[in-house]
Amino acid sequence: MVNITINGKQFAVEEGLSVLEAAKQNNILIPSLCYLEDVHQVGACRICVVEIEGARTLQASCMVQVREGMKVRTNTDKVRKARKMLYELMLSDHPRNCLSCFRNQNCEFQRLGEIIQITDFRFEGEKSKTFVDHSSPSVMRDSSKCILCRRCITVCNQVQGVGVLNVQKRGFKSVIGPADELPLSSVNCTNCGQCIMACPVSALGAKDDTAQVWQALFDPKKRVIVQTAPAVRVALGEEFGLPPGTIVTGKMAAALRELGFDDVFDTNFAADLTIIEEGSEFLQRAEAALKTGQPGALPLVTSCSPGWIKYVEHEFPQTLDHISTCKSPHMMLGALAKTYYAKKIGVAPEDIYVVSIMPCTAKKFEITRPEMLLDGMPTVDAVLTTRELARMIRDAGIDFCALDDMPFDAPLGFSTGAADIFGATGGVMEAALRTVYEIVTGREIPFESLNITPVRGLSQVKEASLTIEGAKPEYAYLEGVTVRVAVTSGLMGAKRLMRQVADGTSPYHFIEIMGCPGGCINGGGQPRPSNRAVREARMKAIYAEDAGKPRRKSHDNPYVQQLYAEFLGTPLGHRSHKLLHTHYTPRGRYNQYLKARQNESAEAAAVEK
Amino acid sequence: MQVEVAQCACCANETEQEKLQRIAHVIDEFKGQPGSLIQILHLVQGIYGYLPIEIQQFVAERLDIPLSEVYGVTTFYSFFTTQPRGEYTIRVCLGTACYVRGGAEIVKRLSQTLGVEVGGTTPDRKFSLEVMRCIGACGLAPAITVNDQVMRQVSPDKLNRILAMCD
Repeated sequence: MVNITINGKQFAVEEGLSVLEAAKQNNILIPSLCYLEDVHQVGACRICVVEIEGARTLQASCMVQVREGMKVRTNTDKVRKARKMLYELMLSDHPRNCLSCFRNQNCEFQRLGEIIQITDFRFEGEKSKTFVDHSSPSVMRDSSKCILCRRCITVCNQVQGVGVLNVQKRGFKSVIGPADELPLSSVNCTNCGQCIMACPVSALGAKDDTAQVWQALFDPKKRVIVQTAPAVRVALGEEFGLPPGTIVTGKMAAALRELGFDDVFDTNFAADLTIIEEGSEFLQRAEAALKTGQPGALPLVTSCSPGWIKYVEHEFPQTLDHISTCKSPHMMLGALAKTYYAKKIGVAPEDIYVVSIMPCTAKKFEITRPEMLLDGMPTVDAVLTTRELARMIRDAGIDFCALDDMPFDAPLGFSTGAADIFGATGGVMEAALRTVYEIVTGREIPFESLNITPVRGLSQVKEASLTIEGAKPEYAYLEGVTVRVAVTSGLMGAKRLMRQVADGTSPYHFIEIMGCPGGCINGGGQPRPSNRAVREARMKAIYAEDAGKPRRKSHDNPYVQQLYAEFLGTPLGHRSHKLLHTHYTPRGRYNQYLKARQNESAEAAAVEK
Repeated sequence: MQVEVAQCACCANETEQEKLQRIAHVIDEFKGQPGSLIQILHLVQGIYGYLPIEIQQFVAERLDIPLSEVYGVTTFYSFFTTQPRGEYTIRVCLGTACYVRGGAEIVKRLSQTLGVEVGGTTPDRKFSLEVMRCIGACGLAPAITVNDQVMRQVSPDKLNRILAMCD
C-alpha cells in the first residue's frame, strides 16, 4: 500500500495502480476518454490530465502510477482549462451530427462533453476524415466519427491477435484502419466485433439490418420466424435499464410476439441438437483415432462461433480438418425452419423469413457464406444483434420492463439447461461432456449436480480431463482412456491452442473455442459497455438458467428426440449431413485481397491500353 | 562539392529473386528483436528502392506481425515511400533552422525546375523530390540531401549546379 493525497484528502491505495484507478476506488472520478478498464491504457487522448506536485507539466492520470507521498489535484483551474481545450480540439474534428447518430445518448464522447460543460464551438476548421466503409456484412466503419483513441487497435491486436486495424498515416491525416486503405471485407477481419464493443463513439458499429426485418414483418405474405441465442436473454435487459445479469427470457419472447413475429423459437433448441450431432461426430472421430490410429481425426474443435471459424480459415487453414462440420446452432435452426417446420405448417420455404437475434456480429457474415445456402436458398435471412433488437423494441413503443413473461413456441422453442450454457465460454464443452459421457457409459457424468466447474470462468485457457471407466461394449475403445479437453475464448487463446494442433503436438481430444473473450455473453453484438463485472454477471445468469431447468442434458430434449424420429433419422445421417453440417474455406492471411488488388490494377492497365 | 553516384552497380543488376533473398536475410537477422521494424524497413527500402505493398506483406509475414502495423509505420515516416523513386532522391530539410534560412524557397525552386510536386518523381525516373524535418545538419542550413549526400548552405542559385552534376 502507498499513501497518496488526492485533492487534499489522504488515501492508502494499492501499489501499481494508476492515479486514475486509485482516485476511482476512492470515489473521485477523473473525466477520461480513451482509458478502458483491463484493456487499454495508453494515454492517447490526455483528457484525464491532473496536476501532480513536483511534475513540470500536467500528467495523464491513466498513465502515472501512484507513488508514496504523491500529491494529486484533479480539479484545479489549470486542469479544467486543459481538459476543456483538449475536448474542444477533438470536437473541432468531429461531425457533431449527434441527432442522426446511432450512438446518440449512448456515446462516451457525448457524455464527456456534458461533463465538461461545452456551451459553444470555439474552433471551426477542416475535418480530417470522411471515409465510411460499408463493405463488411458485419462491421461498419465511419472514420469521420473516429477520435483516434486507439482502443479498437488494442483490442484487435492485443486481445484478439487479429491485427487488421492500426493507425495509418500521420498527424492530421491519421486514420484507423486496415493496411493500404483496404475495405474491411477484403482483409483477414474475423467480424468478431470486439472493436465495436471498445469504440467509445460510432466510428465502429454493427451493420444495421433492422430495416429489412421491419419490411418482412409488415409483409403479409411472409411467415416471419425468429430465434434467439442463449446470451441475448441475459444481456437484453441492460438496454432497458435493468442490471447486468438480469434474466429476461420471458419478456424477450413477449416482446418478439408484440413486434409481430409469427413464431418465436429458441436457438437453444438447435444447441441441444448440435450436442447430439457434435457428440456423435466426436465419438466417430475418437473411434477412428483410437481404434485405427487415424491421424488428424483428433482433437475435434467446436464450430459454433463464426468469428472463430473465419479466424482459423485465415490463420490456420492447414487445421480445417479438425474443425467440427456442425453448422452453428442458429444455422441449423434456420435449415430446419425451412424444411421440417415448413412442411409441418404447410408453408412454402420461399414464404418463410428467418431472423436470428444474436449477441454476435460475425453471424451477419456467416449467413452470407455460399456454403450455407440450401439448394440456392438462404436458411437464415437476417441476423440482428442484441442492440438492434433493443432498438426495434423501443421504436415499436413496447414497454419492455412491464411485459408479462411468455414462453417460446413449440416445437423449435424447447431446450434443456445444457443449451443455455452455450452462451458462456466452456458451455459447449460442458454440454457435450454431459451427453457424450452418458452415451458411452450409460451413467451421468461424475460431477456434482452435473456442473463441470473446471471448464467454467473467464481464464484464457481452461483444461479438464476425465478417465472413462465402465464403457459400454460398443465404446470399448474408450475404456480406460483419459479424455483431455481444453476450452478457450478470445482469439489469442485460440492461437495458443491451434499452434499445437498445427504442429501435431496438441495433447487434447476435444477443444472448445469461442471467438470473443468470455464467450457469446461478451459478443460483438451485446449491449455496451461490457467490462469484467458485466461479463461475470451475465455468466452467472447463464448458469442460473441452466440450474433452474428440469432437464439439463441435451439428449433429454423430447423435441430433439421427436425430430430424429420424424425427420432426421439418425445423427450424422443423410438429412443431417445436408441440413446441419457444412465445410470450410482455406483463406490464407493476406493473399486473397492482395491478389484482388493486383487483378484490379491489371484490369486498370488493360483499360488504359 | 561532389555528388556520389548513388546506385552501386551490384544493386542495379540484381534480379527480383536476389533482392527478395537479401530482404529475407535482413529480416531474419532482426527477427525476434522488439522495436526493429523501422530498421528492417529502412534496410529493405535500401535494397528494393521503395516499399510497395507486396514487399510490406513479405516483411509482415516473415516477421509474423500484422500487415496493418507495417503499413502504419511505412505511412508514418516520410522517409519511407511506397512508390518507385527516381535515380536521385532530393530531400529538402524543412527543420526550423533550414526553414528560416530559406528551405521553403528551395522546395519551390526545385519543384518548378523539375516539374514535380513534393513526393513526386520526374517522368524519366531521374529525380524524386521530398521534404523532411531536420536532418541534424542545422549548422549547414539550409541543407538538402541528394541520395545520402548532404549539400550545405544551398541557395536557389546553387541548385542548377547540383542538378547538373547528377548527369
